Amino acid sequence: MIGESRRRCVGVSAFVFLALLMLPVKHVLEASMTAQMLLQIPLLVGVGCLLSRALPARAQATADDWNDRGITGLVLASVAGAFWMLPRMLDAAVTEPLIDAAKYLSVPLLIGVPFAISWPRMTFIVRGVFLVEFIATLFRLGWLYLISPERLCNVYLLDDQQRLGRYMLLIGAALFLAFAAKLIFGRFDSLVAPQPTSPSATR
Amino acid sequence: MRVLRSLLASLALLSAGGVTLSAATDHFQAFTTESARRLAVRQHPVEIPDVALQLQSGANVRFAHFRGKWVLVDFIYTRCPTYCRALGGEFAQLQDRLAGPLARGKLQLLSISFDPSHDSPPSLAAYLQRSRDSGTGWFASRPAAADDLERLERAFGITVIPDGAGGYTHNAAIHLVDPRGRLVAIFDVDDPRLVAHALLQSLDR
Repeated sequence: MIGESRRRCVGVSAFVFLALLMLPVKHVLEASMTAQMLLQIPLLVGVGCLLSRALPARAQATADDWNDRGITGLVLASVAGAFWMLPRMLDAAVTEPLIDAAKYLSVPLLIGVPFAISWPRMTFIVRGVFLVEFIATLFRLGWLYLISPERLCNVYLLDDQQRLGRYMLLIGAALFLAFAAKLIFGRFDSLVAPQPTSPSATR
Repeated sequence: MRVLRSLLASLALLSAGGVTLSAATDHFQAFTTESARRLAVRQHPVEIPDVALQLQSGANVRFAHFRGKWVLVDFIYTRCPTYCRALGGEFAQLQDRLAGPLARGKLQLLSISFDPSHDSPPSLAAYLQRSRDSGTGWFASRPAAADDLERLERAFGITVIPDGAGGYTHNAAIHLVDPRGRLVAIFDVDDPRLVAHALLQSLDR
């Protein structure tokens, strides 16, 4: 049964990845800053998350040895995420095929996979710090995009950038409300996320 | 043991990430393509290809024709309602401020259209007139061939995108080409005083 769900995960992630690679889809998603940042990149992260389910038990165990409380994976995902948030890189991904290829590979493998592996291992505190920082980043960048009188990307229009800013503020606000609701009304069975002793225990 | 290993791995990833981010932003100086382009030409001047240009008079010149002069270049399309009108105004102001070097033939103002199919010599001439050209040292031109336009855009780092309302949006700026035909500096469009100052300094050197 584990084998079958694993196969399904690989199948779905391969399907989404191939769909994102199709030229018409790619053109639509890269035609606007909003679509690239809020659809294409998150979908690529999702591909990596699904793909991580298919990781063989041994690789999972090795990763665990270096990934106490999921911190290492979170660091990797954050650094790679910061890289693809640079306006220069959004431009380059559209105009330079090599950078685009790097994006298609690194976003799933360096953001999606490590994040999905690490999330179940993170403690309540680590998750909280990550979420607060993630929400703060959405607010900071959203605000910047909304008020900047200059285009930050040469390949995108100013109104597109401002729309992205609005959406990011909305998403940040929604996440914040959900987070606050969870803090106030949620139930926490344990304040410490389970640290697997053997990799098979989590899957 | 696992804590220590994770700490080491995290530190290694952090430093690798720092190095990568630093490399990708020219040591945290350029986060946008536009600032990167300006920084890059200041450090490594870019040779401008010797393309053929048709002037507002209908005459054809090659870019190499301007060798020996400083050239201030902007990119325009004559239907442009916003930026290019501002740019036209800036060039008219520069024409006043730099009247001396222009009259002595040390300097050339050159507007290049990136919409050559529409911007025929009469449209270019009308553009100059609309921009209050005083008649000295300012050419409006269009690349003779589509291929030439592409080479110019690549060398100067110009990105032109449709604005969704029938016009274009582009990274507008004033570009300084030195007497050897190399792009050496890029300025904001809204500060002609700075451009004039930089140019007079270059002429003195």
